[in-house]
Amino acid sequence: MSRQPYIRPMSKTTWYMRNGRYKVYMLREMTCLLVGFYSFLVIFGLAALSSAERWNAFLASQQNAAMIAFHGFALIYFLIYQTFAWFELAPKAMPLQIGEKKLSDSYIVIAHYIVWAVLSAFIFWLAGVF
Amino acid sequence: MSKRQIELEVMRYDPEKDEAPWFQNYEVPCEEDWAILDAINYVKENIDTTLSYRWSCHMMVCGSCGMMVNGEPSLTCKTFIRDLPDKVRIEPLENFPIERDLVVVLDNVMEKLQTAQPYIIRKDPPPSDDKEYTQSRAALYKFKQYTMCINCMCCYAACPQYGLDQSFIGPAALALAHRYNLDSRDQGKAQRLDILADHDGVWDCSFVGACSEVCPKSVDPAAAIQQMKIEGAKEFWKQKLSGGKS
Ligand code: SF4
Ligand code: SF4
Ligand code: FES
Repeated sequence: MSRQPYIRPMSKTTWYMRNGRYKVYMLREMTCLLVGFYSFLVIFGLAALSSAERWNAFLASQQNAAMIAFHGFALIYFLIYQTFAWFELAPKAMPLQIGEKKLSDSYIVIAHYIVWAVLSAFIFWLAGVF
Repeated sequence: MSKRQIELEVMRYDPEKDEAPWFQNYEVPCEEDWAILDAINYVKENIDTTLSYRWSCHMMVCGSCGMMVNGEPSLTCKTFIRDLPDKVRIEPLENFPIERDLVVVLDNVMEKLQTAQPYIIRKDPPPSDDKEYTQSRAALYKFKQYTMCINCMCCYAACPQYGLDQSFIGPAALALAHRYNLDSRDQGKAQRLDILADHDGVWDCSFVGACSEVCPKSVDPAAAIQQMKIEGAKEFWKQKLSGGKS
């Protein structure tokens, strides 16, 4: 009897195509590209604050169909999907047990949404939206 | 009871003859209440005695019957014919070398389980007057879920990080370490985290969550790992701030 275990190769570049679960994971992780892009956008915006002229040019650069479509896409994909995905996972990282009972995951998820709403309202208030 | 004809497509590999694995099909007349393991047993007993695979308890206890069922890591004694289509593909657990047919080599994860130091570690001496360590029910419930693991290794078959890099300690072993870290009688957390929050440990996990989705015992190793990341980070700063080694 000779042992000759067979090793099935796993592709380093296309492994995430193996099943639907990995694809969803990749969609979640790819939001990092948008985060990166937004960071640049904010840096450009901040730099443009140096003069009224540059600031207006920066604003103008955002006011075309392509940029508006991009912002819309980013809002849905990044903000809504990403937030939803991570809030769903939050109870796993920080479970709460009160006495002998584990607090239901949904309370922790809801608490996250409430904090999110309050912080967003605060930022809108800072920005003078209301 | 009426029978249902199922076509099993089974991966075969004979290390003495085959260059690579291949598929063999078997027509199996299944009873409606059969698990997929029953269908495989039927093949072994009535069609092809050369088929090799592992099983023992047929009741989700021994953890030896894990296989890929239509691409999903599954306990075959817990996966029922009634939930499957007429054609079912059976493969050995992914991410493991194939020993023969559906039997995989588990040596690598057996070592991983040891790195978790899965036993109670005490710094203080035990109670002197022959008393046992007492533990409240609330304290037990903190980690009970992580004691349910039966080492079926379905989680390793689901984990892409383990598939890409076999030095990653992986879901079940990390969940096992977490079980002891959470145990109120244990004092070995810092010692375990030194190893498990280092190379190949918790930070290799990118929280795909696949391990928890396939776990037949609802152990939720992904949760254990995320909690250990937080603990690991706390321990790191504790050691930094107290001037100890980092
Ligand atoms: S954690 Fe779940 S899937 Fe992993 S070995 Fe244990 S019982 Fe099996
Ligand atoms: S959550 Fe971590 S351990 Fe579990 S499958 Fe994903 S990468 Fe692997
Ligand atoms: S045969 Fe024991 S767990 Fe399936």
